[in-house]
Amino acid sequence: MSVDKSTVARIAQLARIKVPEEDLGALADELSKIIGWVEQLDEVDTEGVAPMASSAEGTVLRQRDDVVTDGDCREAVLSNAPKTTKGYFVVPKVIE
Amino acid sequence: MANLTDLTIAEAQAGLAQGEFSSKEITEAHITAIEAARDLNAFVTETPERALADAEASDKRRAGGDVGALDGLPIAIKDLFCTKGIQSTASSHMLEGFIPSYESTVSSKMVDAGMVMLGKTNLDEFAMGSSNETSYFGPVLNPWKRSSDDQSLVPGGSSGGSASAVAARLCLAATGTDTGGSIRQPASFCGIVGMKPTYGRCSRWGIVAFASSLDQAGPMTRTVRDAAIMLQSMVGFDPKDTTSSEMPVPDFQAMLGQDIKGLKIGIPSEYRVEGTDPEILALWDQGVKWLEDAGAEAVEVSLPRTKYALPAYYIIAPAEASSNLARYDGMRYGLRADGENLAEVYENTRAEGFGNEVRRRILMGTYVLSAGYYDAYYIKAQKVRKLIADEFSAAFETVDAILTPAVPSAAFAHGEKSDDLLGMYLNDVMTVPASLAGLPGISVPAGLSSDGLPLGLQLITKAFDEETLFRVADVLEQSAGFTARPGEKA
Repeated sequence: MSVDKSTVARIAQLARIKVPEEDLGALADELSKIIGWVEQLDEVDTEGVAPMASSAEGTVLRQRDDVVTDGDCREAVLSNAPKTTKGYFVVPKVIE
Repeated sequence: MANLTDLTIAEAQAGLAQGEFSSKEITEAHITAIEAARDLNAFVTETPERALADAEASDKRRAGGDVGALDGLPIAIKDLFCTKGIQSTASSHMLEGFIPSYESTVSSKMVDAGMVMLGKTNLDEFAMGSSNETSYFGPVLNPWKRSSDDQSLVPGGSSGGSASAVAARLCLAATGTDTGGSIRQPASFCGIVGMKPTYGRCSRWGIVAFASSLDQAGPMTRTVRDAAIMLQSMVGFDPKDTTSSEMPVPDFQAMLGQDIKGLKIGIPSEYRVEGTDPEILALWDQGVKWLEDAGAEAVEVSLPRTKYALPAYYIIAPAEASSNLARYDGMRYGLRADGENLAEVYENTRAEGFGNEVRRRILMGTYVLSAGYYDAYYIKAQKVRKLIADEFSAAFETVDAILTPAVPSAAFAHGEKSDDLLGMYLNDVMTVPASLAGLPGISVPAGLSSDGLPLGLQLITKAFDEETLFRVADVLEQSAGFTARPGEKA
């Protein structure tokens, strides 16, 4: 399957990355190349095989007790924020 | 007194214990070495003041008779680990200036063990790359050069700064992380030992995530013993990582110096990958002979789906990366670019913050996860992953360890593979299969190419059998007798 410029523009929008128009062609070529190469997996018969999501499969994922384990560290949480005011993150207007 | 930057961890521990030198002295020697080798660009952030404070504190502890397992040893940390109060960038513009208020579990264990923190080493951006050329902070140089020319060579990647720093004697050891070969491949390129433990041995907490089902931290050192010593202080169950293993941790050093008589070593012919340097294949044959001479039995094993590991990896890893890197939205930390509205701020931030390789992988991951392609690519790759893991399990019913080359080539020149996307990805062809299966692997320097560059061999064992891995690696290291070092032309 090859990827065209409009597909790249669509996935870039899904990934929330602005891609300049002049980069779309080269990216389409590169992604087409990679996708063409990974499609060799079609040669492998995977009928009835259970997909493996993690190397830790077979181990039971733990759940911790539902209690507060952290907190009281507002300064630390905000310390790397691009913009804050009065102990809050400042973000662009969300609702028009 | 020996040159303090030439010591192994084991030698440094002995020298400190016997009072031959202080941690302050060995730390100062390394700080001087780092300053003199800035052209390698191995560090994103040097922390000499912190290092000296650590060293003085260590010397005080030693005077009081209370020292930890890494006490007073100058070590560097890959800049993918979050370190409290020290800039942690993942070599990305996105995280430039990010100063964590917490310490990763692995580095925190090493701090508790008394390490001296020399600084943060350069890497491929978000650990995505095999040459360290994708770093926002510039490429790293390999301290090795070909005997035939003077071109600067890549150190491999993504843990290229760590590999270069250990090889150039800028630190006694460094941490690395390995998703598809990011410890083992640069170790081979730089002539050092690089070890990736079983998935789950080292906590992933506080390590910037790339592909969470694959990411593992591990030691990068100049000897197998040093790797065992350092790994001991990195591993252990951590409730903050849901995939952290509760398996008991053995004494890794206890397996060193034992013989390998009667062990069965698997040799998978599928690793004779087309395009592999013939010198590497010859070295592999030599490695088999060394282990046979030491009393092991070489056994042919078949891992027929090996060739599908790399394409499966290049679906799974980008898919996980596209999900993991969604967090970089410019709101709570990291870069924020301007925009007319919220969507534009996101899009501009991520356009400005991510380099080309990271952008490419996020787009690839987004594509294979998108509606209509999820089953055809992502689920298909996970099924192939399962078959590859099952093949390893079957092989380990008859053999104790598997020996393969670590890489298909020696270190290449800067820019040599920049225009060859798939050629660059092929660097990980020998290391990715064990990553997909979550198995421990180690790259041991085993010889020099005819052009004077180091070449590594890789050992793989079954999950949680690092004991056998170290036991065989120790014999391989002694048989190879690799003593060459960068900067000495043959």
